[in-house]
Amino acid sequence: MAYDMKEIVANKPSRFTEGHRMCAGCGAPVVARMIMRALKPEDHAVVANATGCMEVSSFMYPYTAWTDSFIHTAFECAGATCAGAEAAYKSLKKQGKLPEDKTTKFIAFGGDGGTYDIGLQSLSGAMERGHDMVYVCYDNGAYMNTGIQRSSATPKFADTTTSPAGKVIPGKMQARKDLTEIMVGHHIPYVAQTLAYMNFKDLYEKAEKAIYTEGPAFLNVLAPCPRGWGYPTEDLMTINKLAVETCYWPLYEVVNGKYKITYKPVKKLPVEEFLRPQKRFKHMFKPGNEWMIDEFQKEVDSRWQELLNLEEITNK
Amino acid sequence: MTEINAKTPMEDLTIGGDIYCAGNAREFKTGDWRSMKPIWLEEKCKQCGLCFPVCPDNAIPVGKDLKRKDYNYDYCKGCGVCAKVCPFKAIEMKEEGVE
Repeated sequence: MAYDMKEIVANKPSRFTEGHRMCAGCGAPVVARMIMRALKPEDHAVVANATGCMEVSSFMYPYTAWTDSFIHTAFECAGATCAGAEAAYKSLKKQGKLPEDKTTKFIAFGGDGGTYDIGLQSLSGAMERGHDMVYVCYDNGAYMNTGIQRSSATPKFADTTTSPAGKVIPGKMQARKDLTEIMVGHHIPYVAQTLAYMNFKDLYEKAEKAIYTEGPAFLNVLAPCPRGWGYPTEDLMTINKLAVETCYWPLYEVVNGKYKITYKPVKKLPVEEFLRPQKRFKHMFKPGNEWMIDEFQKEVDSRWQELLNLEEITNK
Repeated sequence: MTEINAKTPMEDLTIGGDIYCAGNAREFKTGDWRSMKPIWLEEKCKQCGLCFPVCPDNAIPVGKDLKRKDYNYDYCKGCGVCAKVCPFKAIEMKEEGVE
């Protein structure tokens, strides 16, 4: 069935409710809600969440913003917890202790801290063991929950509290880890990189594919953070748009090893456009710091070119 | 479930901190966080749908007729994302409490 956003929003009730305590204008609940909507209404879900903004503010005792089963797990365990629940479910079903005609899906959510850094080993293990689950990383590019400390997902030159831009260092000194590529290296059936763009078609369709592909799947979703990135809350969708149009955050999926770039900008914008509205990159626009923008641009260009090459090679 | 608060004695809490009411965060109103208030100008609205999914707080109700209704101010935190994506200027941000 063709994607109809209005139909989906009207007829699939939100499984991530209002009344959660994420900041005003946060990018993560928007993403989580749409991903949960990709579930068939008759299917149940078990959600495991690594420590992070989303965990602590959507599941604050005695309130839960989830209408599905939710497991509040530690920082490094989302992958392992979700995988364990899935294995138990499979066993119980085999023993006939669960109804045959009902389906439960397993989804893990983690921020970039809980995924790129702390939860990487348990995520890697869960993917390698082949559990039928989806791991969603909502990437806001730093440890926002504890006060904006740099993570391995933080882009180069970004100003954070543990990589402060000043006279000594130019913000974060290392380049961003490419987690999506690491997950591709696990040779799992489905890996995709996406974000909330335009009418959410890309995000919804990838979530649907990830959830209903048998075996492990991984989604890497950019979720801007107005506090940490330093932009006015209302600019959420503008920032998302610029991330895509500058190719900072390319939208693509890898199905059984085959790359497909799902959106190619007609005219690739200079990465400056994405950097300028954000306070964490403010120092890059000071006179004498042009080299930072050049270097950032080079990095984005080379990663984009690499992706184009990979698409060509794997589809031969 | 939600009568549990910071003063509830330990023995009255649920074992393991389990929560038995799915989606009961709805009982926690976040509308009082708002300093800016979105006003929906129905006559300018073309029901294009761009604002439906962008609300982080699910404060834009959408009916079965695929049309949006007025804001649910119980939850709207006033971030203004909806006003920014509206191509028809049908959402205006006003300071809270100012008529």
